Amino acid sequence: MTWALWESYMLPGVWITVQVTVYSAALAAAVAFVVGVARTSRLWIVRFLSGAYFEIFRGASALVFMFWLFFALPLALGWQLVPMWAGVLALGLTYGAYGSEVVRGALAAVSPAQREAGIALSFTRWQRLRRIELPQAWPEMVPPFNNLAIELLKGTALVSVISVADMTFAANLIRFTTNDSAPIYTLLLLMYFVLAFAITRGMRLVERKAKAGIGQAPPPRRGLFAGLSRRTSATDPVTGAATPGGAR
Amino acid sequence: MSADTIHKNPTADGRELIRFDKVTKRFGDHVVLDQLEFDVSAGKHVTLIGPSGSGKTTILRLLMTLLKPDEGTISVDGDYLTHQEKGDRLVPAGEKHVREVRKKIGMVFQQFNLFPNMKVLRNVTEAPIHVLGMGKEEAEQRARELLEMVGLTEHLDKYPSQLSGGQQQRVAIARALAMRPQVLLLDEVTSALDPELVAGVLDVLRDIAHTTDITMLCVTHEMNFARDISDEVLMFNEGKVIESGPPEKIFNDPDHERTREFLGAIL
Repeated sequence: MTWALWESYMLPGVWITVQVTVYSAALAAAVAFVVGVARTSRLWIVRFLSGAYFEIFRGASALVFMFWLFFALPLALGWQLVPMWAGVLALGLTYGAYGSEVVRGALAAVSPAQREAGIALSFTRWQRLRRIELPQAWPEMVPPFNNLAIELLKGTALVSVISVADMTFAANLIRFTTNDSAPIYTLLLLMYFVLAFAITRGMRLVERKAKAGIGQAPPPRRGLFAGLSRRTSATDPVTGAATPGGAR
Repeated sequence: MSADTIHKNPTADGRELIRFDKVTKRFGDHVVLDQLEFDVSAGKHVTLIGPSGSGKTTILRLLMTLLKPDEGTISVDGDYLTHQEKGDRLVPAGEKHVREVRKKIGMVFQQFNLFPNMKVLRNVTEAPIHVLGMGKEEAEQRARELLEMVGLTEHLDKYPSQLSGGQQQRVAIARALAMRPQVLLLDEVTSALDPELVAGVLDVLRDIAHTTDITMLCVTHEMNFARDISDEVLMFNEGKVIESGPPEKIFNDPDHERTREFLGAIL
């Protein structure tokens, strides 16, 4: 593998992979919150529709759905999605379904006493959700969202089969040219790992911040690059804690 | 503390504020409240006592609309809680009506139930700002006054998890009062506290009871407190009021055998 191949295929491929991951994750997060909240609705029809969405997209293969969007949908519509957006749509809708389960579960885990306190202060259902339940559920969502984000990153390799020039696509291309299968795929594995690790570190920061936002002590810092997550004393609500863990 | 920090209640003229009319509540086959009838006059402090399972907490939860009665009606200040008058019929009330009537009532819970995602000051200002539409500055000003009244001025900027149980419960009292309710419901507010923290919370409540004309409905096992603040004590047994009267009468010379038994067991 030469520098020229690396520069003209692999680097743009990394950028494409990052873009597909970010766009799909944004779409998946939006879907996850909308569908997840809808699944806790009082109205059976809303619960039914959102539940149906969850079951259908959880059960659908992201790859086949991508094929369907890219090859089958144009036959019906008469126009074709840009390959990258077909990929983003398939990944975002599928992972959004998984994410909705995370949102639903975290909302269900908020103590019913919090709901009652919200009612006692005459908040509307929507206000309770937005000001009380979601902020408390959020720290619980971060670790499972981290898992999903990494799954999603690895899932973006699927877009290479509908001709999106991501890292995997570039690696295949270089392999066809040079036949260096072993080094190329080893390097590719490493690159996915590095990106996944970056996501984990980022989510660790998000989790720390989320827990601080409900007055919980952040988990102890440890491991590689722990310095990335250094806190300033201004965001540390635990200094001078009287009796931690007393809230219910 | 001054009385007007809390609420000048324009209705504190002794007229009927809360009315339970033939209220029945069942959980499955178990009848918790059985055709319950009672009323509370404006400005009065009423304590509900009785063995556990006698339906005292259920009464507070019905008033707070956390539960719905199976039969009968509850009215507060002339408005039905879970019903609406349509012509001369009573129909189940919509969410909006319930929310309006609910604003007249505040509740303090056994487990405090502060919002862990908000600091102390915001716990108190959140509802006045977003439910009553009060300006942020006015709400914060009032919250500071109320938190000063409950003795928590230094803790405005802490999260609930950083406070002791007694401090949390005092925040919860300030939070309920910030909505200027006509009725304050106190549901075993000291039961979850370490013994040495109970007195601080009761002192605050005593203060409120003696210096304001807010109506209080109180479920407690603190008989000295009940004796101290109550205008009337209702003794419950098996979903009915079996005896009621001023605290001196109920505590010193109850008529009913069951009341004597109960007081003998806990005093």
